[in-house]
Amino acid sequence: MAKVICICGLLLLASFAAAQQAAGQQPCCDPMESRLRALEEKIRALEEEVQQLRAVQATPAAAAPSAPAAAGAPAAPTPTVPAPGGGQLPVYGGASALAKALNPDIGLIGNFLSTAGGNPIRPSPSFEMAESELSLQAIIDPYARGDFFLSFGEEGVELEEGYITFTSLPAGIVARAGKMRSAFGKVNLQHTHTLSWTDRPLVTENLLGGEEGITDAGFSVSRILPAPKGIFLEATGQVFRGDAGAEDDPVFVAARKSDVSTVAHLRGYRDLTESTNLDLGLSFARGHNDVGFTTNIYGVDATLRWKPLRRSIYRSFMARSEFIWSQRRQVPTSLLPPVQRSFGFYTSADYQFARRWIVGGRYDWSDRARNAFESDRGASALLTFRPSEFSTLRGQYRFTRYAEGIDANEFRLQLLFSLGAHGAHAF
Amino acid sequence: MDRNFVLHALLIFALACAMIVAPAQAKKLNVVTSTTDLASLAQEVGGDRITVEAIAKGYQDPHFVEAKPSFLLKLRNADLLLSVGLQLEIGWLPPLITQSGNPRIQPGARGYLEAAQFAEVLDIPTGPVTRAQGDVHPMGNPHLWLDPENGRRIARGIANKLAEMQPADAAHFQQRLQDFEQRLTAAEKRWEEQMRPFRGRKIVTYHRSWPNFVKYFGLVVVGYVEPRPGIPPSPGHTLELIQLMKRENVKVLIVEPYFDLKTPDSVARATGAKVVVLLPSVGGEKEVTDYFKLFDYDIALLTAAFRATQ
Repeated sequence: MAKVICICGLLLLASFAAAQQAAGQQPCCDPMESRLRALEEKIRALEEEVQQLRAVQATPAAAAPSAPAAAGAPAAPTPTVPAPGGGQLPVYGGASALAKALNPDIGLIGNFLSTAGGNPIRPSPSFEMAESELSLQAIIDPYARGDFFLSFGEEGVELEEGYITFTSLPAGIVARAGKMRSAFGKVNLQHTHTLSWTDRPLVTENLLGGEEGITDAGFSVSRILPAPKGIFLEATGQVFRGDAGAEDDPVFVAARKSDVSTVAHLRGYRDLTESTNLDLGLSFARGHNDVGFTTNIYGVDATLRWKPLRRSIYRSFMARSEFIWSQRRQVPTSLLPPVQRSFGFYTSADYQFARRWIVGGRYDWSDRARNAFESDRGASALLTFRPSEFSTLRGQYRFTRYAEGIDANEFRLQLLFSLGAHGAHAF
Repeated sequence: MDRNFVLHALLIFALACAMIVAPAQAKKLNVVTSTTDLASLAQEVGGDRITVEAIAKGYQDPHFVEAKPSFLLKLRNADLLLSVGLQLEIGWLPPLITQSGNPRIQPGARGYLEAAQFAEVLDIPTGPVTRAQGDVHPMGNPHLWLDPENGRRIARGIANKLAEMQPADAAHFQQRLQDFEQRLTAAEKRWEEQMRPFRGRKIVTYHRSWPNFVKYFGLVVVGYVEPRPGIPPSPGHTLELIQLMKRENVKVLIVEPYFDLKTPDSVARATGAKVVVLLPSVGGEKEVTDYFKLFDYDIALLTAAFRATQ
């Protein structure tokens, strides 16, 4: 096992080195070009000087108009365009390069939850600052970028994800190393604030290790595969330490160093029309469970999206399902078979009917991983309001019928708010 | 058990190794652009020596393009990625670039070019920037291609980049650039003539997409339908806007094709103004196939509206 890991590591290093070499190659410059370069540099330096001088001049002027604006009546926008033919020189791009330091992009997303109604099996507090996710993202060097997501709960801090992505590897390979959400299905990859719901589906709770899902330290390699025209096909292979899932109910446990887990994912995507597309995935995960045997998990996911391009900010629809099969080997007893075969799925739909409003629903059904005779089911209805791109208010009514014969009716209210860097929109 | 794992790990790496098949080198320089306007400018300069494809459609809000995996198929074979920059594409382009597995177009690489660096940038915030101002662009207004002089500057930048990447065709690109500039100069004369009678006219726009356009043609924007950039119209703001338009005698309201016409229409009814759906990008309508036709189309609509509301 150790040998394999070594070989894998060497392969990664070798390809990284190759990429560096390729990127380091410079086109041969003749003396003419180098002189031109020098001239260009001079002009740039002069331009910078001019800008700095102008900034000094502009500061007192800028301070004056900002005072009345702060005092009130900001609703009547003043023309932002200076009159043509003014004495000012135009500002050509790159002015902000001076202001931008090399700090990473920093963002903080708050997830505030309030729950009404009783749930004796999985109780939630009345008010909870469930998560504050701090993201630090930057390009590391010409060959890689780094992404960190620190999840602050009400008590502790946890590294939700922290990885380096090698973007300049040969042959179209994208490699990642660090702690990351594994590429098993769809929901497992998503951070809580990007979900359409205030919670995760029952099948994630029962078969994929709950809130955290299969998140582990290791490395990942993915590449777009050749496919018929118009079809996007991508394969991902991942090797992890082998620890995943909630502490009290883990999916994978690495008792020994060699108990690494593997995750593989194949994604197929096709645009059906310019506004409709279909996204299909096959997933596989394998690792050791808490009783020292292996657990194999298989998944199928399907997503249908619709978003008319001319009205993309007003209307959209998404339907998504994931089906998950778990085969957990365990010590056979008179009650439990040697292989526990459990199945679960969810199916959901979201419809955006106005610029700020989304209505949604989800149906859940899942066996429990340790005892497939026990199954939970549930249904949710959701209404989401997005005042701006940076905040979300969401209500979810959730009904759950647990295997114990207990019904839970809950109403959950979620407030998501985002500070700092403008993140990418989830797809 | 261990053997199983060795097998699995080996399988994954066999797969990874099988993936290492060098893609066939295309002869033409493969240019992918974020918007159709950049595609049109690149096509003007590159001609048949390059292939050009845009990601966003001209009738789509360029801030809210979805990062569809099908775009990765374009990006993964691109030699040059042209984007506008100034955070216009921040919501969708960075993850696409990372996932493309294409070292040639990563930020900072030779095949990554932001057009904004060549252009005159307006609306650069001078005071403190907060999101209380809405979804502001802290580096300046990215809708900068709507000034034909910026189109010229960007075309020059593209020509230099193309010549750098494909030196054998440098003379060809230079010649095409000169031809483009001549046609642009002639067109600018025409456009200026058409717009001259309306210099100084006051207008209202939906989003802040037009600062470069109005500066070039000497129009004055007195208000916006959006209370803040990226914030949908509110009843209070709409009432204020109606009063403002009456007070300032504004008779033309410009809307981008991807915004809802409900509020603009009601504002127009209340003020006697005319709503004009102007295209911010090439391809916004079928007949608007290049950078010249974009201005032809917009100016024809705008002058007609100005004349009708004289």
